[in-house]
Amino acid sequence: MVPVLLAASEVNVALNVAFGVLAVVMIGAALFVVTTKNVVHAALWLVIVLSGMAAQYLLAAAEFVAVSQVLVYVGAVMVLFLFGIMLTRAQIGAEGNLNNPGWALGIPVALLLLGVMGWAIIDLFGDQTIEEAPGGASTQAISDQILSPYLAPFLAITFVLLAAAIGAIVLARKD
Amino acid sequence: MFAVNFFLLAAVLFCIGVYGVIARRNAVLVLMSVELILNSVNLNLLGFSLINGNIDGHVFALYIIAVAAAEVGVGLAMVMLVYRNRRSIALDDLSEMKG
Repeated sequence: MVPVLLAASEVNVALNVAFGVLAVVMIGAALFVVTTKNVVHAALWLVIVLSGMAAQYLLAAAEFVAVSQVLVYVGAVMVLFLFGIMLTRAQIGAEGNLNNPGWALGIPVALLLLGVMGWAIIDLFGDQTIEEAPGGASTQAISDQILSPYLAPFLAITFVLLAAAIGAIVLARKD
Repeated sequence: MFAVNFFLLAAVLFCIGVYGVIARRNAVLVLMSVELILNSVNLNLLGFSLINGNIDGHVFALYIIAVAAAEVGVGLAMVMLVYRNRRSIALDDLSEMKG
């Protein structure tokens, strides 16, 4: 799949090089997240994956989603994860038994899934190219979509967040 | 840029996340793997949005980010509750409902 990474000449070469570098870094960091022996290190590798994902969103001309990703994931969710690790574990350092006894079952399952998904994706989108985005998707267009056709799911999301916040407080409260 | 780039990267990250969910025993690490899966889905949605020249994928990606934040909050609260009751967050110890 050489043409997958080095795309045809009429498309932006810098974009493809940036995509390739980011993709390699993200896949390596994701593998460390699921294989490292240290829970804190796993959280820090996850920061690299999520930041790389924000950069990929920028390459996909989605500035607002990229900023939301940095704010919500890298800013809030990772702090939550680090607090969770701190509150549920006594020692800092390598731990012996982070994996299930049957952990090796995950490898064939993941490879089979990757094979099926990769075959379907290449079969469907084989050599379809993305033309240059016309100035990217503006934040104004996103807000127009959210506040008129997708208003009902937006309101539903607000209630989901409220219920999740109240539920988390009730669950975690000591009484 | 080929459209298949985004989808293949998302598929690889999705499968790594699935492996993490299956293989990990620590509940916090399973939640991290779920985050990997949700992020790969977001990348897919943005890729489709780019192909179709349509902004709807961005809206869905924002909703997924919001739901993922709620999921992590409730999930970590449940993990803390389990830790407080059992002094352990190993998922294979939680077998009371096993038939």
